Amino acid sequence: MDVMHLFGISISMILINNFVLSKFIGLCPVLGVSKKLDSAIGTGLAMIFVMAITSLFTWIVNEYLLKKWEIEYLQTIVFILIIAALVQFVEMFLQKNFPGLYKALGIYLPLITTNCAVLGVAVLNVSEAYNFIESMVQGISGGIGFMLALILMAGVRERLEFSKIPKVLEGAPIAFIAAGLMAIAFLGFTGLKI
Amino acid sequence: MTDPVLIASLLTNVGIAILLGILLAFASKKFSMAVDPQVAKVIAEVIGAEEVESQEPVMAAVHCKGGDKEAAKKFHYEGIHDCRAAVLVADGNKECAWGCLGMGSCMEACPFEAIVIHNGVAVVNPKKCTGCGQCVEICPKNIIQLMPASAKIFLACSNHDLGAKIKRYCEVGCTACGLCVKTTPSGAIEMKDFLPVLDYSKEENFVTAAYKCPQNCYMDIVAKRPKVSIDQKCNGCTECLKICPVPGSIEGRPNEVHKVVFPKCIGCGRCIPVCPAKAINLMGALGYRKK
Repeated sequence: MDVMHLFGISISMILINNFVLSKFIGLCPVLGVSKKLDSAIGTGLAMIFVMAITSLFTWIVNEYLLKKWEIEYLQTIVFILIIAALVQFVEMFLQKNFPGLYKALGIYLPLITTNCAVLGVAVLNVSEAYNFIESMVQGISGGIGFMLALILMAGVRERLEFSKIPKVLEGAPIAFIAAGLMAIAFLGFTGLKI
Repeated sequence: MTDPVLIASLLTNVGIAILLGILLAFASKKFSMAVDPQVAKVIAEVIGAEEVESQEPVMAAVHCKGGDKEAAKKFHYEGIHDCRAAVLVADGNKECAWGCLGMGSCMEACPFEAIVIHNGVAVVNPKKCTGCGQCVEICPKNIIQLMPASAKIFLACSNHDLGAKIKRYCEVGCTACGLCVKTTPSGAIEMKDFLPVLDYSKEENFVTAAYKCPQNCYMDIVAKRPKVSIDQKCNGCTECLKICPVPGSIEGRPNEVHKVVFPKCIGCGRCIPVCPAKAINLMGALGYRKK
């Protein structure tokens, strides 16, 4: 496999086509969980994990079930079913076998089960017609990009706590403004060529 | 109706949904765990201890009731108002070497404010005590002990001296006369080193022992004990009369329905199992029936 090609995919998902700051998909956790750095990191890690296994299973189902019987139009519904069941299964598995890991990111798993970004990764894999390795790389990088955006937001919001902000803008308004400014900053990556 | 799209979508969706449902059901069974054991196991792992089964709740009790009125003092103590300091001066200012000094170290140590100093001795409030054991550790005389929370009577004396000596310096000190041991046929009280030791694992409420003690050494947490009452089923066999430890608390001639003199009854409950007609019941202190 062409490593540069895979590297290109991952850079694209992390910086150029960042889910949160470039595509604006899956924004709920970004504004909900980003108040504290710890929860942001937890959610980010959970997101990487979920996106990875989602890419894995949805690619398999798409390749060997939907394509074979030519029912690709069912992708959306079937993907959602798989993602929801999978995340539940993983949560149960973690709770029993890896209590430490469960403590770190287990509570965030139900929160991101039906996050648009997770379905977005699955659909993106299909639309770009990636093979297995490429899908996995895209999934994991999408998660890393999501975590990057979350950590940046959390860092900025933690700093904002100690700044003088006009009363009308405190809380959600200033968070939105900050997110918008960050999105503009990420626009700078659009011309990046590998 | 036989549109291939419809059939295909129905089959796939329903099929996948059922499959995933079964998978999740299996998973929830396989990975199921009751929350409590996991918590106990994790805690045990974290603190490096072996897993402990849940125990019966315990309560602290101060084994001394010789206060300012009942117990004599050797000297007047003027110093740091703390039992641990007082005990360094000739083993405390109480005449009795095992007595509560009443300076309140246990009261300070209790995180739940369950101990008060009353009449110069420490008294545990059973409603607030959680059995944490802080007082047990801090008492310099080691006279606070933990006992099962369901036990309501304990021996409030830790004295290992013989009878004649104690009577000189404490009105409520145990003289090791052995009356409590004799009047408890279940053998739940044992005399060890001139001090009765109560065995709480036996089915014994110790009410008779507390009543019979001539020095009144026992402390009963229950303020008002339920009394017994005899109903009309009584056949006059006088078995209860024979076993009752309090003379005059049951009135009755043979072949006549017996009657309990409520003020005298101590509520020990010994008459209940011996009655062949099952005519005796405990009446709750509020007047309702108990088992």
